[in-house]
Amino acid sequence: MTPSPPSPAPAPVSPASPATARTSPPAAPRGLSPAQTAARHRERRVLAVLALLAVAAVAGFCLIGLTGDWEYALGLRTRKIATMIVVGTAVACSSVLFQTVTGNRVLTPGVMGFDQLFVLIQTLIVFLFGALTLSSADPRLLFAGQVAAMVLFAGALYRLLFGRGGRDLYVLVLAGVVFGTLFGSLSSLASRLINPNDFVVLQDSLFAGFNQVDPDLLALSALLVAAAAVWTARLAPRLDVVALGRDHALNLGVHHARVVNRVLVVVAVLVSVSTALVGPVTFLGLLVASLARQLTGTFRHGTVLPAAALLAVTVLVGGQLVLERVFTMDTALSVIINFAGGVYFIALLIRESRR
Amino acid sequence: MIEIKDVTKRYGETVVLDGVSLTIAPGGVTSVIGANDAGKSTLLSVVSRLVPADGGTVTVDGMDVATTPGDRLARRLAVLRQDNHLSVRLTVRELVAFGRFPHSGGRLTAADRDLVEEAIDHFELGDLADRHLDQPSGGQWQRAHVAMVLCQDTDYVLLDEPLNNLDMRHSAQMMRRLRRMADDYGKTVVMVVHDVNFASCHSDTIVAMKDGSVVAQGTTVEMMTPEVLNAVYDLDIDVHEIGGHRIGVYFS
Repeated sequence: MTPSPPSPAPAPVSPASPATARTSPPAAPRGLSPAQTAARHRERRVLAVLALLAVAAVAGFCLIGLTGDWEYALGLRTRKIATMIVVGTAVACSSVLFQTVTGNRVLTPGVMGFDQLFVLIQTLIVFLFGALTLSSADPRLLFAGQVAAMVLFAGALYRLLFGRGGRDLYVLVLAGVVFGTLFGSLSSLASRLINPNDFVVLQDSLFAGFNQVDPDLLALSALLVAAAAVWTARLAPRLDVVALGRDHALNLGVHHARVVNRVLVVVAVLVSVSTALVGPVTFLGLLVASLARQLTGTFRHGTVLPAAALLAVTVLVGGQLVLERVFTMDTALSVIINFAGGVYFIALLIRESRR
Repeated sequence: MIEIKDVTKRYGETVVLDGVSLTIAPGGVTSVIGANDAGKSTLLSVVSRLVPADGGTVTVDGMDVATTPGDRLARRLAVLRQDNHLSVRLTVRELVAFGRFPHSGGRLTAADRDLVEEAIDHFELGDLADRHLDQPSGGQWQRAHVAMVLCQDTDYVLLDEPLNNLDMRHSAQMMRRLRRMADDYGKTVVMVVHDVNFASCHSDTIVAMKDGSVVAQGTTVEMMTPEVLNAVYDLDIDVHEIGGHRIGVYFS
């Protein structure tokens, strides 16, 4: 038997051992079982519906109430939409991936305080170097530096929390809350210590929101998210195996530690992207990852990841649309998402505790 | 052939494996017996590269398990540990189908599906095969896991307590299945068994461990004696011959 290259492409079936030859009858090729076929059809239907919803939300957001200089308005809205698509995809993918490698369905990078960590890194960089030096630097270079620091510290945080494995879920949730609050308090402490001019610069970058995003940063972020999505799609079959846990993954020939490490780097990058663009949206990831699994009824990443991303885009764009056009409010989407997500999070915790 | 040379494993101050050397010949069923905390499960985990050894080497057909690429090893050796908590929600058929991953990389061929169905039928899992089992009975889950490992169709199959949670009928059925794998398909089955009588009735070789060391190894006839069992378990065990098998009696 020869080792197959570690590609998710259909590897040739290894030369059948005598047992294979004997245990498999020379029957007609077997397809999926009826129940499996039904399940696949359902998954496809759900994905199609979610895609339609996302497209409808995007179209609605672009076109409803378009008056005056429509070219200008459309350009403005397109940029907003692009931001929401990038952020939604980043949040959805990072949450699903994080749940896979940590082996639970309750924790997400947001819950574990990863986005607060990124805010802290941003604040500390301004604190250490001063806004003047930073404003003369290339924003993309600055972002790259922040992401690098994020990968480093998020990795350390992960080791600290999940290092020896088998931690109790509630200890982890508690640790996440504590770390999130700690990072948040440290950032606000640091932002009080820096001089007022620096603080204004910092605030601009921290509370960007969906309205005023730097186009350069957006393009770079879109590129990063697209690269992460392609990488994840290629890895999907192995991620399915990793979701079974370390022992099963090793037994089935997947280099568990290597996959986990790479996934963590990607998660750190994705969290950086979404936080840099719009700040922390703590519970969005949890909401869409769980909903995606429930709606599609599967755990397979090839289905769950796109479903979660579509859901995230729908929630962000649709929510923003409803807020702006129906309630004529302009800002509080993250408040509503965090409220709904927070309630859902508590419900999940209660359900887990009954298992 | 599985060759274990001077393998040691420590957790902190506790020595779990203390220089274990052991050779397991290809073919046949080998049972590893011993009291709790004798190091049986750890030895199985080290051999199957789930736990790295602190010292010593393990080779399977000449491949060092510490350095051989995992995917290559996965087509030669399959392992099932005792505690198999899954955090994902999947059907029995999906779980069993994972056994084909090392061969097909996630895309099942018709031949793969045949093997999956055969294993599902054999373990009488057909009725639940497509159900999402959120809280399956321990026995069903155990059978599904063993079915997955057997689907991997490897030369070496390592099982830690395969009879966990199984009732008598399914235990006997499981043992017969493992026996048949060795006899008909030439597989090498190594399992940790708690019940000496199952080991006695269904294995060719028995390895006895105590306090992190192998204390005795031999054929079933050699091992199933009051003297050996007493030394292994610190317990008086009468051995009777019933229906051509040696049965240890330790219930009084």
